[in-house]
Amino acid sequence: MPTIVVEVMPKAELLDPQGKAVVGALSRLGRQQFTDVRIGKRFELTVEGEVTEAVLADVRTLADDVLSNSVIEDVVSITVLDAAPAV
Amino acid sequence: MRVGVVTFPGSLDDRDAQRAVRLAGGEPVALWHGDHDLQGVEAIILPGGFSYGDYLRAGAIASLSPIMTEVVDAANAGMPVLGICNGFQMLAEARLIPGAHTRNAHQQFIRRDQVLRVENASTDWTNGFAEGQEITIPLKNADGRFIADDETIKRIEGEGQVAFRYVGVNPNGSMDDIAGVSNARGNVVGLMPHPEHATEPGFGPDMPDAMSSGVDGLTFFTSVIERALSK
Amino acid sequence: MSTENDRAELIDVRPEGPKPDTTADAAATPDKHQPYEALGLKADEYAQIREILGRRPTSGELAMYSVMWSEHCSYKSSKIYLRQFGQKVSPAMTKDLMVGMGENAGVVDVGGGWAVTFKVESHNHPSYIEPFQGAATGVGGIVRDIISMGARPVAVMDQLRFGAIDAPDTQRVVDGVVQGISFYANCLGLPNIGGETYFDAVYQGNPLVNALAVGVLRHEDLHLANAKGVGNKVVLFGARTGGDGIGGASILASDTFSSGGPTKRPSVQVGDPFAEKVLIECCLELFRGELVEGIQDLGAAGISCATSELASNGDGGMFIELDDVLLRDPSLTAEEILMSESQERMMAVVSPDKLDAFLAVTAKWDVETSVLGEVTDTGRLVINWHGEEIVNVDPRTVAVDGPVYERPVAYPSWIDALQADTAATLPRPTDPEEVRAQFLQLLGSPNLADKSWVTNQYDTYVLGNTALSFPDDGGMVRVDEESGLGFAIATDANGRWCQLDPKQGARLALAEAYRNVAVTGAVPAAVTDCLNFGSPEDPEVMWQFSQAVEGLSDACLELEIPVTGGNVSFYNQTGTKPIFPTPVVGVLGVIQDVAKRVPSGWQDDGDNIYLLGTSSLELDGSAWAGTVHDHLGGRPPAVDLAGEKQLAGLLAAGADQSLIAAAHDLSDGGLAQALAEAVLRFGVGARVYLGELLERDGLDVAATLFTESTGRVVVSVPREDDVKFRGLCEGRGYPVARIGVTDASSQSLEIQDVFTVSLDELRSTHRGTLPARFGATIPQ
Repeated sequence: MPTIVVEVMPKAELLDPQGKAVVGALSRLGRQQFTDVRIGKRFELTVEGEVTEAVLADVRTLADDVLSNSVIEDVVSITVLDAAPAV
Repeated sequence: MRVGVVTFPGSLDDRDAQRAVRLAGGEPVALWHGDHDLQGVEAIILPGGFSYGDYLRAGAIASLSPIMTEVVDAANAGMPVLGICNGFQMLAEARLIPGAHTRNAHQQFIRRDQVLRVENASTDWTNGFAEGQEITIPLKNADGRFIADDETIKRIEGEGQVAFRYVGVNPNGSMDDIAGVSNARGNVVGLMPHPEHATEPGFGPDMPDAMSSGVDGLTFFTSVIERALSK
Repeated sequence: MSTENDRAELIDVRPEGPKPDTTADAAATPDKHQPYEALGLKADEYAQIREILGRRPTSGELAMYSVMWSEHCSYKSSKIYLRQFGQKVSPAMTKDLMVGMGENAGVVDVGGGWAVTFKVESHNHPSYIEPFQGAATGVGGIVRDIISMGARPVAVMDQLRFGAIDAPDTQRVVDGVVQGISFYANCLGLPNIGGETYFDAVYQGNPLVNALAVGVLRHEDLHLANAKGVGNKVVLFGARTGGDGIGGASILASDTFSSGGPTKRPSVQVGDPFAEKVLIECCLELFRGELVEGIQDLGAAGISCATSELASNGDGGMFIELDDVLLRDPSLTAEEILMSESQERMMAVVSPDKLDAFLAVTAKWDVETSVLGEVTDTGRLVINWHGEEIVNVDPRTVAVDGPVYERPVAYPSWIDALQADTAATLPRPTDPEEVRAQFLQLLGSPNLADKSWVTNQYDTYVLGNTALSFPDDGGMVRVDEESGLGFAIATDANGRWCQLDPKQGARLALAEAYRNVAVTGAVPAAVTDCLNFGSPEDPEVMWQFSQAVEGLSDACLELEIPVTGGNVSFYNQTGTKPIFPTPVVGVLGVIQDVAKRVPSGWQDDGDNIYLLGTSSLELDGSAWAGTVHDHLGGRPPAVDLAGEKQLAGLLAAGADQSLIAAAHDLSDGGLAQALAEAVLRFGVGARVYLGELLERDGLDVAATLFTESTGRVVVSVPREDDVKFRGLCEGRGYPVARIGVTDASSQSLEIQDVFTVSLDELRSTHRGTLPARFGATIPQ
């Protein structure tokens, strides 16, 4: 069954304290070359049947209305995978 | 006056909100997230808790519950609606009030007795306070940081939609120290702290005169009852 | 394709797995190699199983026995000692006891038709491996024990012992554990009303995370974990079963898999508090509807435990169709399903005519449910898998009649020298400046410092019934909103004292928890315990254990309060070095009206301050000896249990008559620490004069301030109640001395002719320590 992957990230202008905490942790591990980390979400939607244009349009709507909160997040990508994603 | 309190899967402070309504002289009505029936209530409370485990985003899944259709319609028609903590998050997700919430700035759950300033004493839920009055209300959450884009902040500040502001200590990094907001009409109010935990003497926050004596929260519930009576 | 083939495809959707080991196979292949050692069974235990069954066990039966006969589940090393709790019992002790030891939790009648159930449990080892999930699932587990009694859980408390505060690994464990407890308990909507947080290098590689939960129920709602009634259905509901916590089962899997290597199974359980919150509400609705005949929660050993225990406690027979278990992971083998420790699951026994109603309630709450089988009269627990019998045992041999060990016991070689090394000869300060400095050193030491960094991460308000919580000596919760009836609860342990003398240390832990309940105004009623010890295979540890249980059981008899249940956690070691014996003792008390509660510090100006009890030189094992001199040696303080009873009676009467405005018991850090804490509680100062004490007890100033004699409480009494209070003390014959007066305007603690410390300095010293180590958060 095909899978549609939706990726959501916090808005660029938003402070991402969790990302900041990870940068701090990486730095303490001696990896000062990583100057920024931002943390988002990846949704994998398993689709029964074919991925038609109608299905994709629906996913775009859902991505904007349900999977993300447009006040604080952006949908950065929607990708169709033919097979189930590798574990 | 019949005041509905909606229970969602994971709601925690619903019984406390019901008690607060009772103490204020109202009749609490238990509403169920899965119903499409407001049971003739005259005001609605969306209580605190971790509805749906805060999955997806705090309040997000709850805001899509069947009963929210009726809640949104009622709010748009002028019914008083109060969102407490998780309820505030639901109101924001349902776009009944502006803004959104993220993790507390210091990355931890915090429970503290918080001093708030009442910025708008004309809403359905705050008319019993005086503008500028300082009250002590328990705060307890992990995702309480209120944020919105500059335009929205300007608008709610300008339009008097900031209902409460944190005084002394900003416990979660909320923009402009905003602790609660209302819609333009003033019938829908959301706030992070929990007024229902400051309604019964002996179980509220410690106050200068006596431990656990704080009951500033009761005014939220008497306000909405008074307002209904005066209509 | 023919319909036959279609049907075959539909039936078997699982990947190719090993053929299940059936009872028939077991009978036919007696010499098949079985990896019993890898599963934790000894050779003689394996032989015993073969004898019980009359054949070799199937893989499934082996899995069940191995996990149910483990130390954690069977108490095999501790059983012979724990009996004392059930034996040393007087009629007075049991009159209000509705459920004693042996069930999921003890239940105490508190009056007015109400009962309270409570228990403490350990989750030590998982919390070192994965602090967050270990601590979180520890809360989940103990709360499920409470629900399974038919109660609504109403409060939690945790007893945490970490390594040295400045050791690098400690922060990892502290962060994870506190966040785990906060995450899980807050999400369940349970106030955290007390507990302890303690740091000592001895717990570095083996932190102790004990979790306590309390529930409230009406008498008629009491449910027990038994499967009675032939034909009643056995129902599994809650989260789906997955591969959580089955490290051991993978060994079986790897042994029986013909192809490939061992499957990767996580050995840590992952908790979902939302699922548990929904489960709580669902269960309460099931109880309200009287839809449940018996109920058991699934904890350690999952389905193996629940089925064997329910069957043993009931009519003795049960039939289970393991295929009907709802799986999160369809590739699990039968053995893995039997041993899985997936969280948030319960097993109920439901009469057939109520099954539809039961399913309607679980459907309402979106709780997945499956009927696994039914109660039978065969006296056997029979489990089928894919149409074949894979388990056929007498459930009592699995759950009840496991091995009972009489481990070798040896008097420790080091203890005489340790006991001879008294702290009495350590130099004590005579210069007031030095006394002041040592007082502040103690106040800011990790174990005496303010714990708000931890407790601010916990909800105390939810449910609206919390009458007392930290930093008061005991937590207190209202049970009946009309009458004000409530309970109080406190826990205590002192590993250092137990290392010096485990029998005395256990008595002292009980005395202190008892006293902590008494100072709140409640009457102590029942006991729970969590016994954290090293390896039972170490004869010196077994000696410590035997001593502690003897001491605790004798003390319970003297105080006339019963142990209602508890937990034993062995194998708390780092390499071969055991932790200090650390029996945690919890005491539950009852108060008729929570409005009469007494906080641990004074709020008013001009109240008289009294010290109840007398002091002698007892610095061995004290906070002073440890912090100032890094010394542990000598003998723990004496304890006079008859005196503690008297004291408790006095405090209850004083609270009931509203004569006592504040009461705080003296423990770690002695009188100085108690005074500081009473001042800090509400920020009201005090002026204290030691003259009468110095004369009466004959100690020097430092000893007076830092000794840790028992049976002592500092109280504040409003002027207008002074006469009555003194009369109460006189009438009860308990020693009392007036030592000072509260002073709101002084903004300081003044100990006349010794030192004065401002409230600001008290606060910054007391509150600075944990944030400095673990990161400042929000100012209070």
